[in-house]
Amino acid sequence: MSRNSDRPRVLLVDDYPDAREMYTEYLEFSGFDVVEAGNGMEALQRAVDSTPDIILMDLSLPVMDGWEATRRLKADKCTAAIPVVALTGHALADISEGAKRAGCDAFVTKPCLPEDLVREIRRILDSPQSSSTKKVPRSGKYARRS
Amino acid sequence: MVASIATYWNEPRGVSRIRLCPSPGSKAKSMRTSLPKTPPFGPPGSMPSRPVAETAAAGPRRRAGKRDGPATYAVTPQVRVASDEGTAGDSEVLAARIRLLEGLVGRAEIADCTQFALQWLGEVLGVTQSICLVRHEAEPCLIVVGASGMPGSAVASYTVSLEEWGNPLVTAFTNRKALFFPAGPHSADDRRRRPATPFEDGVFHVVPLGVPGLSDNPIGLLLVGGTAPLAEEFHWFTAIFSRKLDQVHYRKMRIAEVQGRAESDRLNLIIDSVADPIVVTDAVGATSLMNKPAERLFAIPAQASAIEQRWVQANDAHFSSFIADMLVSSDRRRVGEIGLSDPKTGEPMPVEAIAGKMLSEHGELTAVVTILHDRREAIEKARLYEQLKQASDELERKVQAATADIAQQNELLRRQAIELEQASALKSQFLANMSHELRTPLNAMLGYTSMLLQGVAGGVEPPVKRRLGRIESNGRHLLTIINEILDISRIEAGRMPLQLSTFSVPDLVSEVKAELEPIIMRSKLVVTLDLPKDLTPISSDRQKVKQILLNLLSNALKFTHDGCVTIAAGHNSKERTVTLSVTDTGIGIAHADQHKIFEDFRQLDNSPTRAYGGTGLGLSICRRLAQMLDGRISVESQVGKGSTFTLALPTKGRK
Repeated sequence: MSRNSDRPRVLLVDDYPDAREMYTEYLEFSGFDVVEAGNGMEALQRAVDSTPDIILMDLSLPVMDGWEATRRLKADKCTAAIPVVALTGHALADISEGAKRAGCDAFVTKPCLPEDLVREIRRILDSPQSSSTKKVPRSGKYARRS
Repeated sequence: MVASIATYWNEPRGVSRIRLCPSPGSKAKSMRTSLPKTPPFGPPGSMPSRPVAETAAAGPRRRAGKRDGPATYAVTPQVRVASDEGTAGDSEVLAARIRLLEGLVGRAEIADCTQFALQWLGEVLGVTQSICLVRHEAEPCLIVVGASGMPGSAVASYTVSLEEWGNPLVTAFTNRKALFFPAGPHSADDRRRRPATPFEDGVFHVVPLGVPGLSDNPIGLLLVGGTAPLAEEFHWFTAIFSRKLDQVHYRKMRIAEVQGRAESDRLNLIIDSVADPIVVTDAVGATSLMNKPAERLFAIPAQASAIEQRWVQANDAHFSSFIADMLVSSDRRRVGEIGLSDPKTGEPMPVEAIAGKMLSEHGELTAVVTILHDRREAIEKARLYEQLKQASDELERKVQAATADIAQQNELLRRQAIELEQASALKSQFLANMSHELRTPLNAMLGYTSMLLQGVAGGVEPPVKRRLGRIESNGRHLLTIINEILDISRIEAGRMPLQLSTFSVPDLVSEVKAELEPIIMRSKLVVTLDLPKDLTPISSDRQKVKQILLNLLSNALKFTHDGCVTIAAGHNSKERTVTLSVTDTGIGIAHADQHKIFEDFRQLDNSPTRAYGGTGLGLSICRRLAQMLDGRISVESQVGKGSTFTLALPTKGRK
């Protein structure tokens, strides 16, 4: 997938089209390049294809769930460095624990307002850990935008 | 054959008269006159050649010196026992007699008496050879108890068997006859008739000893050597001696009898003291002895009714039949059961009979001893035991049934527990899913609303914006409700784990205030903090304390229209608690309603048009969370004046 620009690229994984569309619209509105995936398997494919700067991962997904996809992403050295934000309607503590164990870098509970999500993405991309990756130039642009 | 001329035993009355008479003279005379006139022993020459037994009747006294041949026993050279001439002879005789009597009185043993008597016989009557035989106590024979003037060896082994029926001595003993044997057998016939004695072929008299009328059996024989006829003094002597022997013998017999009676009394006592009936029957089946319990069974009591008599007779018949069987059988011992009847009530009385035969040393049956044992008690015991066993079995069965039942119940409970656990897990899963499914659409609703408000899709006119604002606030309210329901469910399911940490209360209060700052701004209320500087950090679940405080502060802001809200903290070192209170100047809560506000889904205004939003779960969740933290929430309020909600927490939480 060719890059639209030097905007930070977000891989948005969600099986619920309305939510996917909504976040995509807002993220693009907020200056992000968005790549979508409807399930875990697709997410793995897109993560390799499009080399996103950050992945927003719903956990309850068909074909392959978010936990498994995250584990595989973190197990693959090509994708291991990409921050994964679990984005789920599950509010129970053990779900967030399970997400952390699977390798998620952050955990956001739905409902999450688009602007709150953007704030969280920016926080992660601005963090020192993230800046040490190859995505630094883009995050720099992103930083500029914020 | 030995001829019996007269019985010796006519005489003793005279003897007693002698003893009783105090006057020697008159005694002698009366004695003499009283003595029957029976022929004296004649001199051997005048007698037939065959041995002749004569009566011991007193004959004319003769002086030894006047006689030819062997001296008579009437007068000894030393003492003239009886004399017609003068009282001097009489007194001598009396003195001699008294000596004998005195000697005999002082002696109690047969041998002793005999020895003394024979010595007296020798000294007074000049009988130089004499042997005294008495009936043996146990054996059928006569044995020597004393002898005088005879060779010891000849006497020592001498006995007369009473079973030798041809022996003239035996005849003399049993028939109480006096005999005389002249010297030497003159023919083979004589030899045959003559008994073997230590006198051998010598002359001797045989005098029976015994007191007719006093003792039933003859006591013994006195053999005296010599041909001299037996004079009056001799007969007096035999009478006295016989009495003495009889007395001694009788006493022995009586002692034996008393001992025997005591023995048999003891035996009877033993037999009677045995509670079981005992019956002794003789060889032909006749009852010879029975104890009291046996009498009760087999003896017809006085004044027995006809039916009672029949019962006893039936018992007797049953027992007789048992004994008859026993007698004809060769068994020495037999155990059987006899169906008797109780002689008083007639009720069946099964008895166990144990019978044993008593045999003589020759193996002849002498008696049958039967012990009866009432089996009713044993039967009753067996019955009771059976009952007990049945009851015990029943109990055991019940216990087993109960145990099985309990096991079944346990299994049921176990399954129920598993099912409950599964149900609980399902419930949790359901809640989790429900929460997720509710949130997903809500997420889109709130998201799009927010985006529209932000003008993502272009400019929005103010009236539309206002309406979009309504959608957003209601969506948020719905989200709050969803979260609170989830919280309650998690608390109830025990799926809200505590995460203890030590934290500063003032920091937490500031954080809460900051979080609610937008609402505070909108409410236009003054929120003041009253936090002591020296408040020590507490150990608790920070997130939950924060949730409680958020809730209390939200409520205070919600229900207060003007005035102020104060958040205060303090600590009670005695109770080791920290208190956090939120005081408002709001609408207040009536005292009667104060306890209701902590109940689930409870709002004081439950009307559809109620003025305040909220699920009614806030305080209920606060109460549950406080409980989880070992703390509690209390309220003080006055309607129209305001309320103070206080959370008290231990400074150190569990674990």
